[in-house]
Amino acid sequence: MTEHEWDREHVQEIIRCDKDKPGALLPILHGIQDALGYVPPDSIPLIAGELNLSRAEVHGVISFYHYFRSTPPGKRTIYLCRAESCQAMGSEALETHAKQRLNIDYHETTGDGAFSLEPVYCLGNCACSPSIMIDKDVYGRVTSETFDEIIENMQVDAQ
Amino acid sequence: MTTVYVSRDSSALSLGAEQVAAAIRAEAAKRNIAIDLVRNGSRGMYWLEPLVEVATEEGRIAYGPVRIGDVPSLFEAGFLQGGSHSLCLGPTDAIPYFKNQERLTFARVGITDPVSLDDYLGHQGFRGLRRALDMEPSAIVDEVTTSGLRGRGGAAFPTGIKWRTVLNTASDIKYIVCNADEGDSGTFSDRMIMEGDPLVLIEGMTIAGLAVGATQGYIYLRVEYPHAHRALNEAIDTAYRSGYLGKDILGSGKSFDLEVRLGAGAYVCGEETSLLESLEGKRGLVRFKPPLPAIEGLFGRPTVINNVISLASVPIILDKGGEYYRDFGMGRSRGTLPIQLAGNIKHPGLIEKAFGITLREILYDYGGGSATGRPIRAVQVGGPLGAYLPESQFDTPLDYEAFSAIWAVLGHGGVVAFDDTVDMAKMARYGMEFCAIESCGKCTPCRIGSTRGIEVIDKIIEGVDREKNLALLRDLSDTLLNGSLCALGGMTPYPVLSALNHFPEDFGISTADKAA
Repeated sequence: MTEHEWDREHVQEIIRCDKDKPGALLPILHGIQDALGYVPPDSIPLIAGELNLSRAEVHGVISFYHYFRSTPPGKRTIYLCRAESCQAMGSEALETHAKQRLNIDYHETTGDGAFSLEPVYCLGNCACSPSIMIDKDVYGRVTSETFDEIIENMQVDAQ
Repeated sequence: MTTVYVSRDSSALSLGAEQVAAAIRAEAAKRNIAIDLVRNGSRGMYWLEPLVEVATEEGRIAYGPVRIGDVPSLFEAGFLQGGSHSLCLGPTDAIPYFKNQERLTFARVGITDPVSLDDYLGHQGFRGLRRALDMEPSAIVDEVTTSGLRGRGGAAFPTGIKWRTVLNTASDIKYIVCNADEGDSGTFSDRMIMEGDPLVLIEGMTIAGLAVGATQGYIYLRVEYPHAHRALNEAIDTAYRSGYLGKDILGSGKSFDLEVRLGAGAYVCGEETSLLESLEGKRGLVRFKPPLPAIEGLFGRPTVINNVISLASVPIILDKGGEYYRDFGMGRSRGTLPIQLAGNIKHPGLIEKAFGITLREILYDYGGGSATGRPIRAVQVGGPLGAYLPESQFDTPLDYEAFSAIWAVLGHGGVVAFDDTVDMAKMARYGMEFCAIESCGKCTPCRIGSTRGIEVIDKIIEGVDREKNLALLRDLSDTLLNGSLCALGGMTPYPVLSALNHFPEDFGISTADKAA
């Protein structure tokens, strides 16, 4: 697999910015993922070196947390809630529909790189179930129809 | 100039509040009307969101749910003067759902501008802190102990005792950590506080710092809450600029610093020791106890770790006194519980009530029954690790001990309703699946037991050696209950076994067998 290009200087700057905070690793990983959309596996030696940790420790932290990803996401990430309140309001049908519509499974990205799909366990929007979040925008009472509308509007916006 | 309120709460936004606010602004501009548009928290009546309120001489008048297309007609109807319209709900305070609540912790949520210091001060804000600044640490702890406040995160441990332990543990550095990793499905009260009244959390944490002698606080916030993140940071900036945080708070010579740290999508980090590991920059592995976090917590120092609602309840306790708060509630459950009603329910939302209200009152008097109009068959209380309750248990009062007595938990106060189309065997399977996905992996019962649990439930559903596999599932649940390191593995049997015990027919067991 070819490695994706990323800006080493920028990542180094992010690390330098936060490295002296107590418990700096999570803020640094967030900083990198905010900037690049993911935490490149080949940035691990850099992070480990600056924080005086082993590469295994850094890798262990990245892989422990569902939110951190090691591959670039699509342009937009759709988080679909799988938790009980959403299930009570039909999220399973929405899940099936979303996968079919995007033609991908969870943790995958569409062929055109437009969308990634991730499961999430509660968005705190339970009073408006079922819910999805796209990047940082939450949508409530989502039906298959409104899901399509949201996706289509985004595709139009992207063109 | 007329003041109009449209919520900035993320659930209101999820239903289009941002677009409605923009449409109101645009329509007002078009008509040359000057309005003051305040983005408040939510009143918590989510079936009415996006809710638009207008300040009139008769108080605030509500309209909802408002869609963009309704905006021109609202102006036509003179809604800025409280004019009548098909969406008009009358005075917000008179809506029974809201009026019948006992809002102590949520007193300002939905009413004030969440990041306005003036609004906060104008609604009794920082009175608790001012009083605490004149008190001895021990007296502050006494006040909290008197209130009877128990941890609202789910474990219901007496807050005063926790604080006393930290106060009595000598150390030059101590920490206040707010557990804002609200991962339980069906819960959103922490989010509503952080988005709708973040200053009350800041005030509560500062008081906790004064009480135990800690000068640094962290809010560990789940990454799924970007709007809460923004609101908290705005409020923290405001507090620093106006002398309520930082060095020499209000000239008292006392200091308290506060920072928000983001989680990264691990449910188990809501467990306090896992959270502390995560704050330290590690994998969120659960720690063995003892030592208690109150003695050796964050970075090995004495640490108060409390849930958002617990800390946000402290200001009113300090302001009005522990006895005032204690006089609400029943038995050993004192004060109020912000109940979050969700799932298949007609009127979902936030209901803050004194302990003692029954589940049935919540589901029907407030909730109005199911959203689909079908009978409510099962209710899960207390998040993904809470038991499923059948209709025969709906008269249980919301009280920690009453729930305990029926092998259920109140947890963080989430109530999720399911109608009669629910397949409880599937929900039990999901309980195990969730545990498998979110297990930190440190202890064997949780790490392996959850996966074995999925397999066994699958066999029961398929009817393979059902009797044998049912016995195996009960045995496995016993191991999880008694052998897990924390509540994730230790409480997964609650949803699983309650589903099995109350709804055996969904597992292919005939009710005749059950009777026999």
